[in-house]
Amino acid sequence: MIRKLLVLAAVAAGTTAIAGPALAQNEQFIPLLVYRTGPYAPNGIPFADGVSDYLNLLNERDGGINGVKLTSEECETGYATDKGVECYERLKGNGPTGASYFSPLSTGITFALTEKAPGDKIPLLTLGYGRSESRDGTVFPWNFIAVGSYWTAADIAIQQIAKEMGGFDKLKGKKVSLVYHDSPYGKEPIPALEARAKKDGFEFKAIAVTHPGVEQKSQWLAIRQDRPDYVLLWGWGVMNSTAIKEAAAVGYPRDKMIGVWWSGAEPDVTPAGDQSIGYKALMLQHPPGKFKVHEDLEKYLVSKGKSIAKDDFAQVLYNRGLINSMLGTEAIRTAQTKFGNKPLTGEQIRWGFENLNLTADRIKELGFEGMLKPMKFTCQDHQGADQARIQQWDGKAWKTISEYFTADESILAPMVKEQAAKYAAEKKITPRDCSKES
Amino acid sequence: MLYREAGQFKSTYAADMAIFPIRQDRMALWLLLAVAFLGVPLLAHFRIWPLGSDYFLRAILIPFLILSLATVGLNILMGYCGQISLGSGAFMAIGAYSTYKFATGVHLPLAWFGTAISIDPLPVLPSILLGGVMSAVVGILFGIPSLRIKGLYLAVATLAAQFFFDWVFIRVKWFTNYTPSGSVAAPEITIFGYVFHTPIERYLLCLAFVAVFAVISKNLVRGNLGRQWMAIRDMDIAAELMGIRPLYAKLTAFAISSFIVGIAGALFAFVYLGAWEPLAFNIDRSFQLLFMVIIGGLGSILGSFLGAAFILILPILLDQGPHALGIPVTVETVSLMVLVVTGALICYLLVVEPLGFARLWSVAKEKLRLWPYPY
Repeated sequence: MIRKLLVLAAVAAGTTAIAGPALAQNEQFIPLLVYRTGPYAPNGIPFADGVSDYLNLLNERDGGINGVKLTSEECETGYATDKGVECYERLKGNGPTGASYFSPLSTGITFALTEKAPGDKIPLLTLGYGRSESRDGTVFPWNFIAVGSYWTAADIAIQQIAKEMGGFDKLKGKKVSLVYHDSPYGKEPIPALEARAKKDGFEFKAIAVTHPGVEQKSQWLAIRQDRPDYVLLWGWGVMNSTAIKEAAAVGYPRDKMIGVWWSGAEPDVTPAGDQSIGYKALMLQHPPGKFKVHEDLEKYLVSKGKSIAKDDFAQVLYNRGLINSMLGTEAIRTAQTKFGNKPLTGEQIRWGFENLNLTADRIKELGFEGMLKPMKFTCQDHQGADQARIQQWDGKAWKTISEYFTADESILAPMVKEQAAKYAAEKKITPRDCSKES
Repeated sequence: MLYREAGQFKSTYAADMAIFPIRQDRMALWLLLAVAFLGVPLLAHFRIWPLGSDYFLRAILIPFLILSLATVGLNILMGYCGQISLGSGAFMAIGAYSTYKFATGVHLPLAWFGTAISIDPLPVLPSILLGGVMSAVVGILFGIPSLRIKGLYLAVATLAAQFFFDWVFIRVKWFTNYTPSGSVAAPEITIFGYVFHTPIERYLLCLAFVAVFAVISKNLVRGNLGRQWMAIRDMDIAAELMGIRPLYAKLTAFAISSFIVGIAGALFAFVYLGAWEPLAFNIDRSFQLLFMVIIGGLGSILGSFLGAAFILILPILLDQGPHALGIPVTVETVSLMVLVVTGALICYLLVVEPLGFARLWSVAKEKLRLWPYPY
């Protein structure tokens, strides 16, 4: 009997799978690579919630983008590269025109997809992560490392240290250590920090923490012996709160620690309780908290029970998820001005990204005023902005403690150029000529 | 009825010793090869279900073939020679990184000797084979302890290889051509001037490797060497008394196994991932291969394929099941459910048939041959 039932169930599953293909409609498909399980889930969930909620808001409030409804589907990657590639293959062909853009929220998956996206003609929107040299749109036409790269972050962190010490000349002979997640993600800032160390004369040391980062006793004992003046933290998920706890255990002052913008959210500091007080982190421009767009979210989603966010609403990573979707959908909107108000292909949306110009007025109109500064993407510049602020945890909330810093392009621009040229040579890519593109 | 060998007389020793002595088996094999080499590419080319999109080819068949190849390699060592290895992820990594180095040019300054080794970038095919050779060399080195230590203790020794090479490929920047992030991107796959770019071409490339190495392995395990391995596996003292040299038998098993696993690693990196970091070949990969061998059946080439299919494809199917059926559940529930169901099925299978899918298949085959007159 059970066997018969099983067979019936299998047959039913098979037939529905065949009868699946959706009818081509006036819909724009946005694939969502998320991780709601595994060691990085505490950080993956709020981001994914923000991403989804903004897309739903556009559907509920405006009926999509200029009448084109947005559809989306989540695929769980668990932060694993091979699973991410499988998800990418699964979702890239969905919807009437295929996937609009991918945002994997993982540097490892971004590296793998960077190899695949050009063949499939799908843009990658990597908001504040990914290959730093992919800022160069002539070599990386499909990558959009929007708002900031890890090199931007590294440079601004050093600027903050210089400000606290009272000038760049005070950096000479000081010690700065980097505690990093031992993966492409954590290693990205090292060249920028080394360049900065050479220029400003401080002593730089990189200390690796193995994935997933729950074991870092020996690293912090080394820091206790070495007594660096500042510690930069490049962690993700559970590694961040562990680092703060270990710093407290060896008595390293938390206000001398500066985390990257992926180490500066609520799930990173709350597990360590009062030990986190004074800990600083970079902001990917935006702070946590409610802004104009949140009023709409509350009106159209939360009050109707349609929001998937729980207590992560308006947290740092939730807000970053909103920005991720906002940039992507604004790129679609920009592309519609050229290609018409209909579902667009990845290639058309790439044009939208390259011509995306977020003015102060437009940001205000969208309800993001106070979260972002104006930014503009071009064929050449796929980053759009290179500014960030610093925030500090006071035990209850993140407080913005600095003005905007701008990364020192005299150091970073040649590095981007050099690494992009190296990549182009290795992959035999001829950089495109932006002056010839419309 | 259909599956009966009555009337198939063998008149030569060659026919008697064929890999597939039953005609129906041979026909089935040719049919399978025809489907794999012609049917799948044709379906994919004309975009006919289930190959209507690239997904089936790129996300299921290609990794399935590559991991099957790795499982065949591990099965030679574990299933045929009886040496437990937990370092197969490391050997895949050695294959991948060596291939990467050979394909992008090797430059090794030997300052102590006042000289340098310089090799220009090689084409991909020789690079992959050389990657396999490097993996075999390391395999022999890490196989040497197997002459003294056995069973679980050897598993621990191979585990050391896993951690050692994880560390090497993260720390030694020379292997990653000094990329700032430590992640490397595979160069284009060009063989004799032909660029393997579309999923169909890449699939055929993997299939060719798998077919060649499966045939070689199948023949090896039937021959002198394979019998030596099995003798060592079944009772090493008795084998030694019969004149089998453990040194030779064990180290050849390590070498050939690592060679095949290394090639699988190179294909996994070059064909499937495209860009990778050491995390792609960490301890989880070793365990995955180990499960594939055990579930598929120790000491069976066919079992390697069945095991790889089960461990790789079942979670993907389960993951997509609720969505395809239109059951509204969140992705986190699904991914947790996949873990529970896969784990439960593995336990169930091992209780019902501890010898794996290969054994299930041979039982079914015996029954089919007698059907409909069982005795």
